[in-house]
Amino acid sequence: MYDTIIIGAGMSGLAAGIRLAHFDRRVCILERHTAIGGLNSYYRLGGRNYDVGLHAVTNFTPKGARKGPLARLLRQLRLRWDDFGLVPQLGSVISFPGASLRFNNDFAQFENEVGERFPHEKDNFRRLAAAVVDYDDLSESTASVSARAVVSEIIKDRQLVEMLFCPLMYYGSAREHDMDFGQFSVMFRSIFLEGFARPWAGVRVILKHLVRKFKTLGGELRLRAGVQRIDVDGERATRVVLDDGTELEAQRVLSSAGLVETMRMCGNEPAVKPLPGQVSFVESISVLDRQPAELGHDRTIVFFNDSERFDYRKPDDLVDLRSGVICSPNNFAYAEPLAEGVVRTTALANFDRWRALSAEAYQAAKDAWFARILESAARHVGDFRARIVATDMFTPITIKRFTGHENGAVYGVPRKVFDGTTHLKNLFLCGTDQGFVGIIGAMFSGIAMANRHLLNVATGEPDTAAAAELAVQDVL
Amino acid sequence: MTPEEIKVVVLDILEGIAPDEDLSGLVDDVPLREQLELDSMDFLDIVMELRKRYRVQIPEDDYIELATMQSTVSYLTPLMKDLQKV
Repeated sequence: MYDTIIIGAGMSGLAAGIRLAHFDRRVCILERHTAIGGLNSYYRLGGRNYDVGLHAVTNFTPKGARKGPLARLLRQLRLRWDDFGLVPQLGSVISFPGASLRFNNDFAQFENEVGERFPHEKDNFRRLAAAVVDYDDLSESTASVSARAVVSEIIKDRQLVEMLFCPLMYYGSAREHDMDFGQFSVMFRSIFLEGFARPWAGVRVILKHLVRKFKTLGGELRLRAGVQRIDVDGERATRVVLDDGTELEAQRVLSSAGLVETMRMCGNEPAVKPLPGQVSFVESISVLDRQPAELGHDRTIVFFNDSERFDYRKPDDLVDLRSGVICSPNNFAYAEPLAEGVVRTTALANFDRWRALSAEAYQAAKDAWFARILESAARHVGDFRARIVATDMFTPITIKRFTGHENGAVYGVPRKVFDGTTHLKNLFLCGTDQGFVGIIGAMFSGIAMANRHLLNVATGEPDTAAAAELAVQDVL
Repeated sequence: MTPEEIKVVVLDILEGIAPDEDLSGLVDDVPLREQLELDSMDFLDIVMELRKRYRVQIPEDDYIELATMQSTVSYLTPLMKDLQKV
């Protein structure tokens, strides 16, 4: 009998596992795949290492910073800043018709840039930044206010509003068109006020640290251990049954598999069915025979949009080429360059359209859209197509296969479960559908849910942990 | 344990929580929150580490005693005087 079974060895599950194992709980993480990482895993193809999804780690704060999610989670996981090997970005840009805004990890520069391009909005932008800083993550009551409504009250220039939303939505919005103001604030801080960084060797650096820590503390990790179902008796989960029929018992279960997916495991779906997300992507990965900077492309991330409005929604066609994100993992301030150039280009995609294709048509569509995506990217970062030595591509179908997320919805359900509770008293959620996104956000989600529901922080029942945290805030 | 030994225990816990911090300049009577910018999650971790290592239970009402190193050691001294350092 385990104290806790965690479903999924992604960032959130591993972080939660470390917390529990550190405080001597018997904990087992179940992972369906042979590799850990979930949404942020890595793989080898044709002799090369690839990250599954990572563009950049957001929420980056430099060594010595004591505030912010990165510093807080390092303390919670008992890790050193150097362990993640994070190297800051060189600089990114938001590129719209007739206007572009450059930004890096120094917010003052972004503020200047906005002031220069949109002088009439300079003061308003300051007010917006202040509102974002003041936003309290814990006050869930204002979390569901429309961010577009709030931001449009402060900033009148429609294009600037769209330009601010573009990176924030691409890097974390499960909702189409709009986001909650809470989510907007969290994303704004993580991208503009904190910033981008990446380990030289990619996401595996972070994952290897997490898994080593977890195992050193006595945690158990089972790979190829997909969960077939969760047995329920009344208001409690009693057993977790694996795909191979193995039955495991635990006092509590923490699932990072997603809300809809976890409900399905329980069989008896609740009366109000959660709405699955619709936002999915394709990504083309091009490996080049030289550094992108040698081809004149030195930006870390380019967020582009060509049309009058930034239309963040499930497209009608297989892919929407009107906007996208171009990331070059080379363009971080490394001590030495990566061995090869890489350009990753992401665009919105329609899961249903991809799913409807036959195997043959699917492959043909991948090839055709790969070419069109590169053509689209070339307008923003120069034409690198003659320098390509290897390629890979993922579609909404790939995302569904590897993450289990309905509709290939990378960012999960539009309506998050901030408190992590479910219809069962001993089943909790962490990860994407709990509400924090990004690598740091995902780890933070695991930590927060472990503290709140699985470690009896005070003396009694799990629920008192949250009260205990509030008690500490009041007195110290 | 003597108060000096208890202080070493608390320092060891703090070092575990914030391995990047240089704790040599920690001032005994200034709030830890100010000096290290510890948040509520960190204070709960101090409580949990004390329970994990020495089975010392600190009720919620007493959390205020953990504000400074000095107050922490004074508060823990009667609770830990009969314990051996591990």
